[in-house]
Amino acid sequence: MSRRPYVREVSRSWWWLNQRRYVGYMIRELSCVFIGAYTAVIVVSLMRLSQGQAAYEGFLDALWGPVGLAFHIVAFVFALYHTTTWFNVTPKAMPLRLGERRVPGGAIIGAHYAGWLAVSAVVLFLAGD
Amino acid sequence: MESIRSDVAIVGAGGAGLRAAIAVAETDPDLRVALISKVYPMRSHTVAAEGGAAGVVKDNDSLENHFDDTVAGGDWLCDQDAVELFVNEAPRELTQIEHWGCPWSREPNGRVAVRPFGGMKVERTWYAADKTGFHMLHTLFQTSLKYPSIQRYDEFYSTDLVVVDGRCRGVTAIDMRSGQMRLFRAKAVIIATGGAGRVFPFTTNGAIKTGDGMAMAYRAGVPLKDMEFIQYHPTGLPGTGILITEGARGEGGILVNRDGYRYLQDYGLGPPDPWPRKKAMELGPRDRLSQAFWHEHNKGRTIESPHGDVVHLDLRQLGEKKIEERLPMVRELAQSYVGVDPVHEPIPVRPVVHYTMGGIDTDIDAASRIGGLFAAGECACVSINGANRLGSNSLTELLVFGARAGRGAAAQAGDEGHEPDQSAIEEQAAAAQDGVGELFRRTGGTERIPHLRKEMNDTMELGAGIYRNEESLKESCAKMADIQRRYAGIELEDKSNVYNTDLIQALELGSMIEVARAIVVSALNRAESRGSHQRLDRVERDDQNYLKHTLARYSTDGDPSIEYRDVVITKSVPGERVYGGGEK
Amino acid sequence: MNKRDIEFEILRYNPETDEKPSFQTYRVPCQEDWVILDAINYVKDEIDRTLSYRWSCHMAVCGSCGMMINGEPTLSCKSFLRDHPDRIRIEPLSNFPIERDLITVMDDFMEKLGSVKPYIVPNEDRPVDEGEHRQTPAQLADFKQYTACINCLLCYAACPQYALNEDFVGPGALALAHRYNLDSRDVGREARADVVASNAGIWECSFVGACSQVCPHDVDPAGAIQQTKIASTVDYFKALLMPWRN
Repeated sequence: MSRRPYVREVSRSWWWLNQRRYVGYMIRELSCVFIGAYTAVIVVSLMRLSQGQAAYEGFLDALWGPVGLAFHIVAFVFALYHTTTWFNVTPKAMPLRLGERRVPGGAIIGAHYAGWLAVSAVVLFLAGD
Repeated sequence: MESIRSDVAIVGAGGAGLRAAIAVAETDPDLRVALISKVYPMRSHTVAAEGGAAGVVKDNDSLENHFDDTVAGGDWLCDQDAVELFVNEAPRELTQIEHWGCPWSREPNGRVAVRPFGGMKVERTWYAADKTGFHMLHTLFQTSLKYPSIQRYDEFYSTDLVVVDGRCRGVTAIDMRSGQMRLFRAKAVIIATGGAGRVFPFTTNGAIKTGDGMAMAYRAGVPLKDMEFIQYHPTGLPGTGILITEGARGEGGILVNRDGYRYLQDYGLGPPDPWPRKKAMELGPRDRLSQAFWHEHNKGRTIESPHGDVVHLDLRQLGEKKIEERLPMVRELAQSYVGVDPVHEPIPVRPVVHYTMGGIDTDIDAASRIGGLFAAGECACVSINGANRLGSNSLTELLVFGARAGRGAAAQAGDEGHEPDQSAIEEQAAAAQDGVGELFRRTGGTERIPHLRKEMNDTMELGAGIYRNEESLKESCAKMADIQRRYAGIELEDKSNVYNTDLIQALELGSMIEVARAIVVSALNRAESRGSHQRLDRVERDDQNYLKHTLARYSTDGDPSIEYRDVVITKSVPGERVYGGGEK
Repeated sequence: MNKRDIEFEILRYNPETDEKPSFQTYRVPCQEDWVILDAINYVKDEIDRTLSYRWSCHMAVCGSCGMMINGEPTLSCKSFLRDHPDRIRIEPLSNFPIERDLITVMDDFMEKLGSVKPYIVPNEDRPVDEGEHRQTPAQLADFKQYTACINCLLCYAACPQYALNEDFVGPGALALAHRYNLDSRDVGREARADVVASNAGIWECSFVGACSQVCPHDVDPAGAIQQTKIASTVDYFKALLMPWRN
C-alpha cells in the first residue's frame, strides 16, 4: 500500500494565534475570567455589608484604591467586549419567527441593547442618592 | 487482483445510481449493493440541476398532457410506451422522495408547488427553490445511509465491464487513493454515470461528465443510441457556461437581442403577449430557443461580450421579492460570475451544451441487451426524451428509471444463470489491468492530454454544434478518427499511484473520444433535421426514413457501424410541433 | 482581456516520494475574470501534470474544491483572482490528513455525517399513495436554511475544536442533524441525541463561530449548534422535572 496520509500538527497552546478571528475569540473567552472576578467582588461586597458599616466602608476604600481602580477599568472593558460579542450572536442561538418571516437579527440585538440601557438606567437611578 | 463481491454493483452515485441502490435495498435488504463512484456522491452532477422535476399533480392537468408534451417535445423520436410508463410513475416517485425529506417548495395550503416549464402545456414541474437537483441528490444520498446493505466505494474509477457469455459479471475499477485496481464481482451491474457534455468546449456540465459509463458499455458491445442529439441549454453564462435555470423563464424572464427585442416571436414562438404563457416564447422547447440564438447571431443581432456573443435574459420585471424567493441562486450566480444583479440588470446568456439525449441502449425496464447489465439516467437512452428533452423531465427520469433499474437488477441477482466461467472473468480483469498498466509503461509520448482534449472540443463545437451540415460532419468524423489514433501517443507525465489525476484524465479523455466519434458518425448518417439535430443541408424532418433510433456499435478499428431501429409509436402520430399561439 | 502574472505557492505532497509536504511555486498568466480554480487548472494543463486536486461543478454547489487560500478556507471556484494580490498561497483544507497534494482524507467526516442519522425518521409510515406530507411554507422556512449545506468541509477546516479534538462530530454534521430535527415530517430528535447531544457532539462546541463565517451558503452551523444546545437542555430538564411525560 503506497498511501501515507500526512497529518498536519496543530499546536495545542498556540493555535489561536494563527487567525485574527481566533484571537478575538480567545479574548472573548478571557473576558469571562473578569466577569467571574467581578461576580466575586460583588459577593464579597455583600459579605462585607453583612459584617457591618465599618467592614463595608473599608471594602469601599479598597475599591477606590489604585489596584481596585485598575481592576475595574480593565474588567469594565472586558465586560463591554463580553457583552457586545454575546449580544451580537444572540440571533443565531435564538432565531425568532413571525409567520414566514424571520425577525431580523438586528431587531433581536437591538432589543438586548435596549434592555441593557433600561436596566442600567434603573440601576444608576437607584445608585444615585 | 483483489475481488470485491456483491449482488448488485452500481457504477455512478448520482440521482439515478442512488435511487437504484435504494430500490435494491428496499426490494431485498439481504442483497449486497456495491455503490461505486469516481467522486463522493454529493459531488455528482445531479447536484447542479436547478429548475425542477416534472410530474402531473394539478387537477387541470393529466398524464395524457404530460405524455403529449414529452412526445412532441422529443419531435416524435420518443418510444411512446416508455413515455407512457414514465409519466405514469412520475408523480409517485416525486411523492416518494418527498417522504424521504426532499424540501419541495410549497403552496400556502401545504401541498407541493409546481411551476411552468419549457414546452409544457400545464405547469407540473415540482421544484425546491432553484436548487432542485441539489436537494434531490442530498435527499437520496442521506436516505441511502439508512440501508446497511449499501456499501459505498467512493473515488473508485471504473474502467471496464466484465462480460462472459453474454452476461455481465462485474466491473473493474481503480481505487483512486491507492492506484490499485479491483475486480467488483456482481450478479447484476447498473451503469448510472451521467452524460458526456465535456466532449464540448462550452458546457454547463462539471468536470466529471466525461461519458465513462457510456464508453464502457459501448466497448462491451451495447450500442449507443441516438448519440447525435445533444441539447444546448439556451441560457448559460458566457465563459464559464454556468447554468441559468429555465425556471427563470418559467417565472416570467424574457430573452432580448441587442435591440431589446424579444426575438423569439420571429421563430414561430409568438405572439409575445400575454406573458408568461406556457409553450410560447421563452417557454418554448430548448432546441428551438438555442436555434433561434444561432439565427440571431448570423443576423448580427446578438450582443458582443468578452466571451463570445450573448443575448440578454431580463428578470427585472419579476421584482426583488420574487427573485429572492424563487431564484436566489440565479441572482447569486449572476452577481458572482458576471457581475450583474438581475434585479437591476439583464443577465448575459448564450446556448451551451447541457444534456445528452442519447446513451446506452436500454429498454423500458432499464435493461440492456447484455444480461444482467442495466443503465439509468442521463447515460442511458430508453428513449423518453427522443430528439429533444423537455426541461424537468430529466430529474424525474433519474427516479423512475433508477428505481426500475434497481428492481430489475435485484430480480436478476436472484437468478444468476449458469455458473460463470472464472478464468474468463479473471482474464478480462487482467486485460483491464494491463490496459492501464500500458499507459504507465509508455514512453516517448507525442501527444499531451490537455491539447488533445482541446482539439476534440474544438472539432465537436465546429462540426456538431447547434447547426450541422454534411461537409462539417464528414470533416469531424475524419478528425475524430485521427484524434483517436493520436490518443495512443499519450504518455502519462505523472506515474505515481496515489490519487493520480493525470491517469484519470487520460482515461476520461479516452472515454470522451469514443463517445465523440459515436456522436459525429451518428449525426452524419441522419440526413434530416429533427429536434436538436439540425442539418443546414437537410432542413426537413423525414419521418419516412428517419422515424428511427440511431444505433452506433463500437468497432475496434474504424468508425462505429450504424443501424436503425423503429421508434415505438402507440397513441401519438407524428405531427407538427406547435408552440406559441394565443392559448393560455 | 487583461492578463496578470500571479505567483501561486502550492503545498505539494506525494506520499510515495516525499517525507513531508513542501511548497512549490508556479507563475501563471491569469485572465482578469478567472477564479483560483481556473489558475490551478492552468497549472495542471500547461505547467505541471502531477498536481492533484478535486473539482467538478465550477459553480459552488458540488463542494469538491475547498482549499486554504492564503490561510482561509475557501471554495476555489468561487474565489476571484481580482480579490487577491500577486502572490497566493494554496494548501489543502486544514484539519484533515493530506492524501496527496490538495486532496484530503474525508473519511472522518463521512463517518460522522452518517452517525447523526441524517434522514427522515417519520412519525407514521405514510403510504406513498396518500400523497405528500402537508408542509406549509412557514414550516419549510423553519429548516430550509440548514438544507443548504454542500458538504464542502470549509467549516471543519475553520473550527479549532475540530482541529484539537478528533472526536468532535463537527459543524456540518451537527447542522444537518438540526435540519432534520426541525423538519415537521421528522420525529428523530431523540434517536439522534446519542450522538448529537453527546460530549463529542454539540457540547464540544464553544461557539467560536468561525464555521459560520466561512460557510459559502450561509448555513450557519454555529447557530444550528447553539439552538440544539438550547433544545437539548430543555429536553433534559423536561425529562428531569416531568419524568411522567415519557
